[in-house]
Amino acid sequence: MRILLLASALLLASCSGERQPTNTGVYMLLDTSGTYAQELEKAEQIIRYTLSRLDATDAFAVARIDTGSFSEKDIVAKASFDDRPSAVNRQKRVFAEQVRSFVESADPSPYTDITGGILQAVEFLNEKGTGNKTILIFSDLKEDLEEGYVRDIEIELAGFEVIALNVTKLRSDNIDPREYLGRLEEWQGRVEKTGGSWRVINDLDSLEGLL
Amino acid sequence: MSFMLGITPWPVASALLWIVLIVLALYLVRATAHSTIDAATLALSRGFRLASRAVARSEKHLAARNRDVLLAAGREAKERIIEREFDRINDSVRKDLANYSALHRNLSESIGRIEKDHQEAVDVPPDPPGWVKAVEAVADLDSREGRVKVGNILGDIHKSLVKAHKEAMVAYHKASATRHRLLRHMRPEWRKIQQTLNQVGKNVDSLLSRSVTIDRLMQEYEDIVRDKDRALSVLSSSSLVNFFVSAFVLMIAIGGATINFSLIARPMAEMVGGTNLIGGFRTADIAALVIIMVEISMGLFLMESLRITRLFPVIGALPDKTRVRMIWITFTILFLLASVEAGLAYMREVLLHDELATSALLRGDAAATTATGQYLWITTAAQMGMGFILPFALTFVAIPLETFVHSLRTIVGLIGQGILRVTALFLRLLGNVFKYMGVLLKQIYDLPLFVPLWLDERMKKLGDREPELGRIS
Repeated sequence: MRILLLASALLLASCSGERQPTNTGVYMLLDTSGTYAQELEKAEQIIRYTLSRLDATDAFAVARIDTGSFSEKDIVAKASFDDRPSAVNRQKRVFAEQVRSFVESADPSPYTDITGGILQAVEFLNEKGTGNKTILIFSDLKEDLEEGYVRDIEIELAGFEVIALNVTKLRSDNIDPREYLGRLEEWQGRVEKTGGSWRVINDLDSLEGLL
Repeated sequence: MSFMLGITPWPVASALLWIVLIVLALYLVRATAHSTIDAATLALSRGFRLASRAVARSEKHLAARNRDVLLAAGREAKERIIEREFDRINDSVRKDLANYSALHRNLSESIGRIEKDHQEAVDVPPDPPGWVKAVEAVADLDSREGRVKVGNILGDIHKSLVKAHKEAMVAYHKASATRHRLLRHMRPEWRKIQQTLNQVGKNVDSLLSRSVTIDRLMQEYEDIVRDKDRALSVLSSSSLVNFFVSAFVLMIAIGGATINFSLIARPMAEMVGGTNLIGGFRTADIAALVIIMVEISMGLFLMESLRITRLFPVIGALPDKTRVRMIWITFTILFLLASVEAGLAYMREVLLHDELATSALLRGDAAATTATGQYLWITTAAQMGMGFILPFALTFVAIPLETFVHSLRTIVGLIGQGILRVTALFLRLLGNVFKYMGVLLKQIYDLPLFVPLWLDERMKKLGDREPELGRIS
């Protein structure tokens, strides 16, 4: 009887104890500026792959990078997956459909506000309170701000993993590769300076380690 | 070390001096050291031997306890078997003897009818033909001698006799036909009697064979009651066999329960959520496990109520009316749970299909999902069938479980007995080791003292010889 009481007490204690969340939150930024807009088909594949890897209670949002990306209006699709498997499948199908229609009808944007997009991503993922926070940036990482936009801000990225995907080389990068390397280095510095981790995946055929 | 070698200007001399001093000191305390070694080793030896005896005593107690438990279990089992045999005999006797009066009446009626028919079928002899021949001879004589009158009379008599004879023959043939008919009627009666007697014979044989079985069981029961070794060895070996067989069946049942679990754990996430945790385990898994455990419990109660197993004496002791009510309640709950499981198994298939469709959509391979769709009903039906049948199959776990629990008591006792026996042996061995270790330690102690011991011995011999020399002189 004493053992039974002890087991019950242990069980209750384990139930009542606060646990760290183990779910995953992913925010994906899609660069739609200039010629990079043509790469969106590849982005759709990555989104589908990400959807297949996510599970119940995970959160996923896809947003475009345009002139001013620090806005909820730029979110193309978002979902906080339900607890029930059937609902999760339904949400995934709807999500994939939303992304599909966006890719088909996306207009190129004149400017590229990556920092604003990252700020929006941080805000979204912090609000969701997921255990793992990942920001995917599908861009050439060339920031091009419209005059008047202030983006010289230090973003708190502790606990975030930022993954740059398909960082294509620009024509000028071919002439002077230091520009490309400098761009990567600069973003890595910005992310790691505030406690985030940085990764670059350019080979989209091997996305196994993405999440 | 330098201090030790520095007590004289020559290290070798210092070392020798130290050796001499140490040997001398050891020699001086030799008797005390020997007695200390003796005391220490003896104390250890006796301590271990004492512990060994205590463990051996415990082993004997445990063996006696095991014997009692085994005999009690055997007695109980035999009582159950004998009781069941008596129940069968009782049923058989009640069933057969209840019909005995009807059987007796049938037999009496059949015999009465046969007797009556037999009486009626008694053969009546025809009229003796000699009279007719005599009358014919007299009639012939009268006609030859011219005595017409007498001849006429005799001729008339002859005619009358012939006529009477013919009538008698007709009556005889008629009577014979009647008799044959009666005898023909007797045939089914005989057959009926034969069948009835065969049935009676079979019943009696069955009773006799059962009585032989009961005799054998009673003999075994008497052996157990009289605490005979043969009964104990039979019970012990049968307990071992029961243990292994029931463990094997339980392993199969665990396999079945695992399959059952995998059938319902996935769809259970639809009911209680897929990510909630209780004590580090998924709530859906715990819910599925609870359902299976409840099914097994219901199975146990059902078996108990049916008096197939006797794990819970309270249920066995319930009044028959309550027990029957309990049978229906447990069966209903089991049936409902089996239906729930069948539904969950169906849900599992639907979810699986949905997940496959979503995966295919995300892969951009929508055609893949419809390829196997036409055969989907087979797996769905199989899963539903399994979901419905497995709970009922798990009900029968109660039988091997009861055997396992009962035989486990004996096995644990035997294992405990073995452990105690080995421990006692080990302690006894240690006691002996310490006993002889004292002798060995004393020898080792004396080894560096060989010079003073030799001198001591010489001195003693010399001391012994001096009085002898004195006596001689």
